[in-house]
Amino acid sequence: MKRRDFLKASISGAATLCSGGALARPNLEPAPNAVGMLYDSTLCVGCKACVSKCKEVNGMPAVIEGDWYSWDSARDLSSDTLNVIKVYREGEAEVKDRVENGFAFEKRSCMHCVDPGCISVCPVTALRKDAINGIVTYHADACIGCRTCMTGCPYNVPQFDYDNPFGEIHKCQMCNQAGVERINKGQITGCAEACPTGATLFGTREALLQEARRRMSLKPGEIYSYPRGDVSKPHSLYEKPAPEYQQHIWGEKEAGGTNVLHISAIPFDKLGMPPLRERSYASISETVQHTIYNYMALPAVVLGGLTYVVRRNINDDEGDKS
Amino acid sequence: MSEHRALNRRVVTLPFMLLGVLFLIALYYLGVRFVNGMGFVTNLNGGYAWGLWVVYDIVIGTALACGGYALAVVVYVANKGKYHPLMRPALLASLLGYGLGGLGAFIDMGRYWQFYNILLPWHMNFNAVMLEVGLCVAAYILVLLIEFAPVALEKFGNTNLRQKLNKVLFFFIALGVLLPTMHQSSLGSMLIAMGHKVHPLWQTLYLQPLLAVLTAFTMGFAVVVFEASLSSVGFGRPSETPLLSGLGKAIVGLIAVYLLFRFGEVVVQGKLGLLFAGDLGSLMFLLESALFIYPMVVLMSPGARSNSRLLLWSAVSMLFAGSLYRLNAFLLTYNPGPGYSYFPSVPEIMVTLGLVALEVMVFLYVVKRFPVLHGEKRA
Amino acid sequence: MAENDFDFSGLEKRLGVSRRTFLKFCTGVAASLGLSSNAAMAMAKAVADPKRRPPVIWLHGQECTGPTEALLRCEQPTLEHLLLDLISLDYHQTLDTGAGHQVEEIKKRSMQENKGKYLLVIEGAIPVKDNGIYCKIAGETMLHLTHEAAEHAAAIVAYGSCASWGGVQAAAPNPTGAKGAPQVLEGKTVVTIPGCPPNPANFIGTVLYFVTYGKLPPIDELGRPKWAYGRLIHENCYRRPHFDAGRFATEFGDKGHREGWCLYKMGCKGPETYNNCPSLEFNNLGGGVWPVGVGHPCFGCSEGGVGFNKPMFALADVKTHTPPNMFPPIEDRQQSSGVTAGAAALVGVAVGAALGASAMVTKKLGEQEKQQD
Repeated sequence: MKRRDFLKASISGAATLCSGGALARPNLEPAPNAVGMLYDSTLCVGCKACVSKCKEVNGMPAVIEGDWYSWDSARDLSSDTLNVIKVYREGEAEVKDRVENGFAFEKRSCMHCVDPGCISVCPVTALRKDAINGIVTYHADACIGCRTCMTGCPYNVPQFDYDNPFGEIHKCQMCNQAGVERINKGQITGCAEACPTGATLFGTREALLQEARRRMSLKPGEIYSYPRGDVSKPHSLYEKPAPEYQQHIWGEKEAGGTNVLHISAIPFDKLGMPPLRERSYASISETVQHTIYNYMALPAVVLGGLTYVVRRNINDDEGDKS
Repeated sequence: MSEHRALNRRVVTLPFMLLGVLFLIALYYLGVRFVNGMGFVTNLNGGYAWGLWVVYDIVIGTALACGGYALAVVVYVANKGKYHPLMRPALLASLLGYGLGGLGAFIDMGRYWQFYNILLPWHMNFNAVMLEVGLCVAAYILVLLIEFAPVALEKFGNTNLRQKLNKVLFFFIALGVLLPTMHQSSLGSMLIAMGHKVHPLWQTLYLQPLLAVLTAFTMGFAVVVFEASLSSVGFGRPSETPLLSGLGKAIVGLIAVYLLFRFGEVVVQGKLGLLFAGDLGSLMFLLESALFIYPMVVLMSPGARSNSRLLLWSAVSMLFAGSLYRLNAFLLTYNPGPGYSYFPSVPEIMVTLGLVALEVMVFLYVVKRFPVLHGEKRA
Repeated sequence: MAENDFDFSGLEKRLGVSRRTFLKFCTGVAASLGLSSNAAMAMAKAVADPKRRPPVIWLHGQECTGPTEALLRCEQPTLEHLLLDLISLDYHQTLDTGAGHQVEEIKKRSMQENKGKYLLVIEGAIPVKDNGIYCKIAGETMLHLTHEAAEHAAAIVAYGSCASWGGVQAAAPNPTGAKGAPQVLEGKTVVTIPGCPPNPANFIGTVLYFVTYGKLPPIDELGRPKWAYGRLIHENCYRRPHFDAGRFATEFGDKGHREGWCLYKMGCKGPETYNNCPSLEFNNLGGGVWPVGVGHPCFGCSEGGVGFNKPMFALADVKTHTPPNMFPPIEDRQQSSGVTAGAAALVGVAVGAALGASAMVTKKLGEQEKQQD
């Protein structure tokens, strides 16, 4: 009986699907010359120079809320804010970089994932990753505004301009978007350049990882020197006693890793980082999709079977039907 | 010639006009949405990029429109010709449901004037589940139109074209089974990439497509039962209960398979503890499961299956179950991170209600003017 | 006793200030100290009473005499009169008219006569290396003179950064082993009025407090009066809004500098220096007369371990006690929406309508079935 065959085919299809099988797509690898940033929460003093510089580079207006007209009161990422400094505050909030009765700063901006969820889910390739420097850019001319990128981003970075009838997605493009292209011109990102303390450091992912590992290995209290702005410029060295770092470089492995790395003295979940595993959800999603739709083979086979069955059944009915 | 007949009753009745008012209200808010922007109408925000419009109009709406799909599988694949009389109204409901989904997608699309980019091969991202959903839903709407075309051709008496169409219709019927399988499963797959934001009880990763398609099936059957009961009462037509009770059997099996996978996943992944966490997630999971289990238990007994009221309540329960499953996964227990919240705004809800009202109005009009409902009393 | 009962006429003659000006001054000082207007009256009375003038022994060590010079330039009406009449300045190497053995004699006599009653002011660092031979006055080392004078002092005030923690003399490599008075006089309470030069207002306020109440004002663990050194310069700086908004001058004369933006990036040590410069300004002059006010980054002159230790343009450690309120917490989101009553009601109506319709249909189905039966 043909129905049996059909069911058999469906089951075998489902089996391939469940096993993941040979089509499993692993996490993507970092771009060969991936550039990124290292944000060291312990060095950040919350001055918002990066926020203000970011607005300047991107030509975005300050977010004004209530009566605070004298400064940008952006509360979170939005279509007018691609980078924002947030604060973790507990109890009396007396001591910096302490969990209890302490506080800490955290930078929120695009993490420039190695295996970006936003790119994986965008139906029209409006988000693209540069093959060489790994920067995730947005292209409004392709975008249909479905906002799947927002749902696919583990960090809620892409922001749609809801208040504009012709809005678009806004996200940090590492100052390398068309018309700015600071990285292509050999400059560094605006926020890293503006950061007075070296809390936001620009460089290649490789060099930044090395720098982050060096800081992990410091004994708390020991005087260490650190660069400001560009990690590859050793002349910009500053000194400070080392804080007690969490032995965790956020972005080394999370969901396939990110080009923007974070280090901190308090656990990252307190700083609002999501619970991520090493395997990126993008890779799982694509594994499932490509297993089902590999060369459209499975759908084609199913369609063939269905056509045969339906045709036969209709012909069966011809006798007693008009 | 055909056993289907138009009802030939007055179209503009009081309920019809009330629905019209709802639709006009929706039109007003849609005007605001297109002139000022979505932010003036919706409560969407940085964490909740998808709200009522996507989750109801598209995700739930198309699942509710799976009647045509479920019935097509029964009639044409499983070769149960006796269900054929239910086919046309189911197809109409599917067409309208999917039409609503397409319209909803367009309304919700932030850059709708570029929607055609999804059709341009050089823009397509073949890794994206959304691409598959978009293309597949668009294709299915076309297929539904073709499948429903005989009705219009019959009305306008174009027999020549109708005969030609009938010769190739089998292919479109096959497509009409394949396409919903593809995109209904993909609507589930969309949850995979949302990762941790989807509550662990709903984030089943590799099982997402299977669970989505199974629940779409149950909703499809449920909607056929619901619709048949409603039209039999609403239009004072003979009861379809004998026919529907047969579907009840299939429903029991389907739900059993679904629950097996659903609970199997929870047990295998060690998420049982979450069931009893006492939070929103666990409550919703239990409610949702109860809504699935109720029709299964009721419809197990042949007596209940031939009771039109129990049959209807089972269908309603299943519709709520399937809808809640989607609502939970995409919205209610969806958690983009601390501090985000979403509840649809009044205008947002009014737009959705207005679109549903439009759907019902068109359904009423078509069944009254086109040969959709079958004429004779079933043997 | 009400204000009117007190006779200020003697004071007016003695100090050459009007009663009105004098009360204004006392109220101002009391306000800076964070005291009430009652305290201002008490202060006025104490100052006006010639019998309560405490004798003062004023020592100079390694220094530039900046603190004294600053004090002399107090622009408060005839403040120098006030000061010289309010205290009985028995020994001060810069201001004494006498010289040589004569003044040394006076000092010894005063210290003996006023045992346990005199106020000792130390200005300048005290070298301790090689038994303190690097600073000698009248054949004695400063180290010895300090210990000698401190022994029977009623209170000790270290005036200026040098006296407070060694100042510029104590900067590396510190060849003379210069130390501040609190380090030399271990075990004794030394009030420190650091600053280079120190703000005379902080000195006068402290001394007036002493004269009024016979005790020293509350001090922190470094001996600084809390009323003057209780807050970071950063906390009260009027350029602070620019810091919070991320607007920084990056070099002298640039746009930000001309517009009066925050000087943090140019090495301003305000965020780690405790002083009241932003609220009092230097010497109560007004008109923005203090480093940050005139566009120069604070260099931390009054903070041990910062002034003369950290490079001028090196970044300060921001000792923020609590993050400012306008910083968004992690869970703060732009435009997140809650449930409105109207929306909730609508959803309820919609779901209710679906259920109600189902119930209606069920009822009718039942009726139909009955008819069929």
